[in-house]
Amino acid sequence: MPATGPEIMTDILQTPLFDLHVEMGAKMTPFAGYDMPLQYDGIMAEHNHTREAAGLFDVSHMGQAHYTGDETALEKLITADLSALKPGEQKYTLLLNDAGGIRDDLMVSRPFGDDGLFLVVNAATKAADFAHIASKTAGRGELRLIEDRALVALQGPQAADVFAALVPEAAKMIFMQCGVFTLDGADLYVSRSGYTGEDGFEISIPADRAADISRKILADERVKPIGLGARDSLRLEAGLCLYGHDMNEETTPSEATLMWAIAKPRRERLDFPGAEKIMQQFADKPARKRVGFTMAGAPAREGAEITKDGEIIGVVTSGGFGPTMGGPVGMGYVDLVHALAGTEIEILLRGKARPAKVTKMPFVEQRYYRGE
Amino acid sequence: MSVKYTKDHEWVKLDGDTVTVGITAYAAEQLGDVVFVELPDVGKTFDQGDEMAVVESVKAASEVYAPVSGEVVAVNGALEGEPQKVNESADADGWFVQLKLTDKSQLDDLMDEAAYAAHIS
Repeated sequence: MPATGPEIMTDILQTPLFDLHVEMGAKMTPFAGYDMPLQYDGIMAEHNHTREAAGLFDVSHMGQAHYTGDETALEKLITADLSALKPGEQKYTLLLNDAGGIRDDLMVSRPFGDDGLFLVVNAATKAADFAHIASKTAGRGELRLIEDRALVALQGPQAADVFAALVPEAAKMIFMQCGVFTLDGADLYVSRSGYTGEDGFEISIPADRAADISRKILADERVKPIGLGARDSLRLEAGLCLYGHDMNEETTPSEATLMWAIAKPRRERLDFPGAEKIMQQFADKPARKRVGFTMAGAPAREGAEITKDGEIIGVVTSGGFGPTMGGPVGMGYVDLVHALAGTEIEILLRGKARPAKVTKMPFVEQRYYRGE
Repeated sequence: MSVKYTKDHEWVKLDGDTVTVGITAYAAEQLGDVVFVELPDVGKTFDQGDEMAVVESVKAASEVYAPVSGEVVAVNGALEGEPQKVNESADADGWFVQLKLTDKSQLDDLMDEAAYAAHIS
C-alpha cells in the first residue's frame, strides 16, 4: 500500500469542537478546508451505532446564514415556495444556475418567527453560495453570515429520547419543523432533520457554548461521537445526494431525480433559474438520470465507469460499503434506458466488468418522525 | 527466520522457499474496517513491486504490492467470507497469499522488525 503523507494545506480551519474531537481520540482529516473528525471508534461501529442508538456529528463546517428583507429576491434563485413556508418549518431546496444546473443543495427554514430565514449550505460551496445570494439580492435583502455558531447533528432512533431529556419542547417537533430553544442559557436553532435517513436533529449552537452542550449530549450513554466516514456511508444508504459528487453545476434537478425539491407553484410559474430548460427536460425525460445500484464483492467507488454489454452507459458518483446493507452500495448516472430498478449492469473495477444491479433508493428505509 | 517488512506495510514470513505475505497491524489500523479483499489466482507470478491484491475498507481501496518476486502457491480463502480477519489478526489469520520465491536475496533488502517500527513511528 502506498504510504500516505500528511496533506499539505495552509490555513486549515478548526470548528469550535476541534479540541473535543482530539480529546475523544478522533482521527482527523482535512475536509472542505477544515480539520474534521474522520472517525473515532471506526466507521463501521459508528455507522451501526447511529442506526441502532444515537450519534452526534460535528457539521460546523457547513455554512449558516440569516436572510432578511425581500424574500422574492431570494426565492428567484432557489426552488422552494417561500410564501408557503410557515414559521417553524424547513424545506430542502436547490440553488440553481441560469442553465438549470445545481449550484448547491441547502436547507431553508423559518425558526425565528417572522424574522427572516435561516439557511444552511454545504461547506465546500458556502463562500460561492453566499456571494451569489448577496449579489443577486443586493438592495432588496440582507444576507448575514453566521460565523459565530457551531452546528451539530444528533441522529438515530434514540435521538429524540436523548434530546427530550435536555430540550423537551424541541423533541415535540416532527420531521422538517424547526425553532429556537434554550438550553442552559444558550439559544439553539434546532430542526428535526438530518443526513442519515434516521430521525434526529440539527442543532446550531453559539460557538462558545458548542463544547459544553456537545458534552452534555454525549454524556447520555446512548450517544457516541460519529465522524465524516460514517456520515458518508449513512447518507449513501439513505439515498441522499452529496453535493459535488452526486450533483453539480452540470447536473439538472431532472437528471438528479430531485424534481420533488421544486415546489409546485414554482413549476407553474416557471420562475426559477433554468425553469424552461428543466421543465422541458422533465417532460421529454432526461438522457441520463441518477440511480442507485447494489453489487457483490468489492465496492465500486466514485468515478468508476458503468457499462452494459461492453458499452459505457454511465459513471459512479458515490460508492462504498453499506454496513447496514452488508454489502456495496452506490449511486451514479446512467442512460435513461438502463435506469429502471432491476436492470443488470456492470461496473468496471480495475479493468474488470463486475455485475451490479440498478436498485431503488433509499437502500435502507428512512425513519423520519412524522408524528404519532 | 524472523518476519521482514516493506515500506508499504506488508509483512513477509519465510518458510523454506515459500513466503507468507500479509499487511501489518499498523496498515490495517490505518485502513479501518476491511470489507473485501481481492486476491490473485493461484499460479500467477509477480515481480517485486507489482500490484498483487486489493484491500477494500469502508473508506477506500488500497493496492497491495508484491513484496518479493514469486509465484502464488496459496491464497487465504477465508478472507472472502471474513475480510474482518485483516483487522482482527493482521499478522496471522489475516494473511493474504503465499509466494514461492524467485529470488531469495530480495528478502535481504526488506526491513527487520526494529527498522519497521522506526519506519512507522
